[in-house]
Amino acid sequence: MKVLAAMSGGVDSAVAAARAVDAGHDVTGVHLALSQTPASHRDGARGCCTLEDARDARRAADVIGIPYYVWDVAERFSRDVVDDFIAEYAAGRTPNPCVRCNERIKFAAVLDRAVALGFDAVCTGHYARVVDGRLFRAADAGKDQSYVLAVLRPEQLAAAMFPLGGSLKSQVRAEAADRGLSVAEKPDSHDICFISSGDTAGWLRERLGSAPGDIIDESGDVVGRHDGAYAFTVGQRRGLALTRPRPDHAPRYVLSISPVERTVTVATAERLAVSRVECGPPTWSGAVCEMPLTSVMAQVRAHGGPVDCRADVVDGRLVVEVVPGLTGVAPGQTLVLYDGEAVLGSATIDRTA
Amino acid sequence: MAYLDHAATTPMLPQAVDRMAELLGGVGNASSLHAAGRRARRVVEESRETVAGALGARPSEVVFTSGGTESDNLAVKGLYWSRRAQDDRRRRILVGAAEHHAVLDPAIWLAASEGAELVLVPVDGMGRVEPAALRAAIETAPDEVALVSVMWANNEVGTVSAIPELAALAAEYEIPLHTDAVQAVGGLAVDFAACGAAALTVTGHKLGGPVGVGGLLLGRDVECAPLLHGGGQERDVRSGTLDVPAIAAFALAVELAVQRRAEQASWLASLRDELVRRVVEVVPDAQLNGDPSSDPERRLPGTAHFSFPGCEGDALLMLLDARGVECSTGSACSAGVARPSHVLIAMGQDEERARSSLRFSLGHCSTGADVDALVAAIGPAVERARSAGRTAR
Ligand SMILES: Cc1ncc(COP(=O)(O)O)c(C=O)c1O
Repeated sequence: MKVLAAMSGGVDSAVAAARAVDAGHDVTGVHLALSQTPASHRDGARGCCTLEDARDARRAADVIGIPYYVWDVAERFSRDVVDDFIAEYAAGRTPNPCVRCNERIKFAAVLDRAVALGFDAVCTGHYARVVDGRLFRAADAGKDQSYVLAVLRPEQLAAAMFPLGGSLKSQVRAEAADRGLSVAEKPDSHDICFISSGDTAGWLRERLGSAPGDIIDESGDVVGRHDGAYAFTVGQRRGLALTRPRPDHAPRYVLSISPVERTVTVATAERLAVSRVECGPPTWSGAVCEMPLTSVMAQVRAHGGPVDCRADVVDGRLVVEVVPGLTGVAPGQTLVLYDGEAVLGSATIDRTA
Repeated sequence: MAYLDHAATTPMLPQAVDRMAELLGGVGNASSLHAAGRRARRVVEESRETVAGALGARPSEVVFTSGGTESDNLAVKGLYWSRRAQDDRRRRILVGAAEHHAVLDPAIWLAASEGAELVLVPVDGMGRVEPAALRAAIETAPDEVALVSVMWANNEVGTVSAIPELAALAAEYEIPLHTDAVQAVGGLAVDFAACGAAALTVTGHKLGGPVGVGGLLLGRDVECAPLLHGGGQERDVRSGTLDVPAIAAFALAVELAVQRRAEQASWLASLRDELVRRVVEVVPDAQLNGDPSSDPERRLPGTAHFSFPGCEGDALLMLLDARGVECSTGSACSAGVARPSHVLIAMGQDEERARSSLRFSLGHCSTGADVDALVAAIGPAVERARSAGRTAR
C-alpha cells in the first residue's frame, strides 16, 4: 500500500512510520505544519508545532529512509480546531482539541488530500488498535488513545493505520533507540500543542479578554471572584480564589459555568455526581448500534476510567445513564461508549443531570 | 532522475572540482607574509583578476564573500549605512517587489531596526521593473533615497530587468544602484562597468562553482560600510580569512560560464522552449509565468515557470519527486512549508495562481532526456493534484 505517515517529530510517529516500512508499505513522511508562526524551540514536554519538531521529523524520515515533506494545514487547523476551542470555552464548555484535530484535520483534511494524491492510508503514532475495521483500546492501557479516535467514522478508520496499538510505550522507546532514531529519548508531548506556554487560562484571557464575575455557591451566595469564566472546567478545584470558606472547610469544585451571567458555581464533591449525561448526535465507530444498549461502558474524559452505563438514542441524541454516578462531567467533552475493549461510538456532552 | 532545479543550485563544473581539490591539501593564509602566504595570496589575486575580467570589472572592485546572501546583505545594509552617514535624510530604500529574500529581508530589517523606509518598486505582470516605475519611486523624494536594488534576472520566473537603463536613471539623481545578478551571470551578458551599477552580486553555486563563495562587485568610489568587522581582508569592506580553494574554483567557474555563455544560452533556450511547448501540449491550460518573449535579452535561457490551475504546487512537487523529477515551488519557510510565491503576487497574480506554480530550471548538464522525463510525468501528476485540489485548505 501507499502509506502517508504523519510525523509530528515525536518518538511514536517515527516508530509507527518505521513499522509501516517494515510491513512492506511504500511510505512517505509528512509533517503537518499546524501553526502559521511556529516557535523555534520546544520547552520540555509542551507543544509539538515548533521548527525543532519539524527538524526532528525530517531526521527521523532520513534515518528510516523515506521521502519527507511538510504540509501546511495551519489555516484549516486554526479554523477547525483553535477557533472551535476558543468558542467552546467562551460558551462555558470544555473542548477536547485532540478529538477535533483527529476528526477534522488528520483523518479528514489530511486523509482526503492523501487519498486524492494516491495514498491508500494514513499512518499515525496513536496508541489504539483497529481489528476488522473496528477500533479497540491499545495494549498499553496507560497510553491508550482510543478515546480521542472514537470520533472517527468507519470510512475514516478504514484508511487509518496505527502500528503502535499492540505495543507498550517502553517497547516503542527501546525500538526507537535500536533503530537509531534520535527522538528515542524525547519527552512525550502533552498539554495542548498550540498553547506552548502550557497556561491555557492565560492564553484564553489574551484572546477573550478579561471578563470578571462572581463565584457563587448553590444558594447564590458570592464566595469569590474570577477574571473569566472560561478559565474553568466542571470538576475543577485548583485555581479557585474562594474568599469565603465553608464552615466545615470541605473542598469545593466547579459545578457549572454560566458565561452569559459570568458566574461560576461551586459545590462540594458529592454534589458533582451525575447519573444522566445528555449528548449530541452519536458517531458510530463501527456498525450502528441497536438501542438501547444495556451492558456497555462510558468514558467522559481522556484519562478517566470507564463506568458501567445504559445508553439510548432519544430524538437523535445520545443519552447515557450511569450508576452509581460520575463526577466532573464537563459539557463539551466527548463521551465514548465501549463494549469491553471495543469502541462503539462517541458523542459530545451537552448537559448533565 | 531528472534534475530540473538548476536555479536552486547547479553541479560544479569538473574543472572547478579539480581546481578546488588540487588546492584543498595546500596551506597558506592569504594574509600571511611568508612564502606559503604569498602563494595563497597569489591564487586569490589571480582569481580576482579572472572574475574582474569575466565580468567587466576592475580587480579592485571584486570583494569575495560567502555567496549571494552575504553579498546582497552587504550591498543593501552597507550602502544604506554609508549613504545615511553622509546625509541623514537618506533613509528610503527602493527595492523591486520581486527581489530575492536575500535583498528584501535586509531591507525589511533596516526599516524595522535602523530607521529606514522601505519602498517596494512595483514590477509589471512579467516581473520586470520598468524605468518609469523606478523614476516615479525616486521622484517622490529624490534627496531621501539611500539606494536602489533591482535584480538583473528574477530567480523564479526568469524575467530580466534593463539594469543599464535603471542604473543610468538612478545615476541622474546620484543614487547608487545595486543589482543581484546571481541568476544572470552565465545566462546573460553581464558587464559591470558598462551597466553602470554601483554594486553587483554574484555567487558560485549557480554557475558551476562551489557553494559558499561569491562576490560583490563594488565600484571603486562607492562607499559601503562593512557587515563583518575584523582583519579587513577584502578592501576593509569584508573581513575573514579567505577561502583560497573555493575562491579559485569560483573564479574558474565564472570564467568558463562566461566563455561558454553565448553558445550555452542558445541551446538552453531551445531546450527550454521544447520543455514549454511539450508541457503545454500535455497540460493545455498550464500558464507560463514571466516574459514569453523570444528575445534572449528579456528572459533567462534555462527557466520555465508555470501555474497549473486547480493544483497545489507542493502536491505536484511531491508527485513529480516520486517519479524522479525534481523541481521547485519557489520559496519555503524555515519549517519547510511551501509559501505562495511573493514574486507572482508582486506580478499581480492571485494567491491561488501563486500557490499552483512550479519552476523548472535547466543548466549546463541538462539533456533532452530530462525534458522527456518531465513530459512523461507531468500529465498524470497534474491530473492527480487537480483531483486533490485544495482539500487540505
Ligand atoms: C536571485 C538570488 N539571489 C541570492 C541568492 C542567494 O545566494 P546564495 O545561495 O549564494 O546565498 C539566490 C539563490 O538562492 C538567488 O537566486
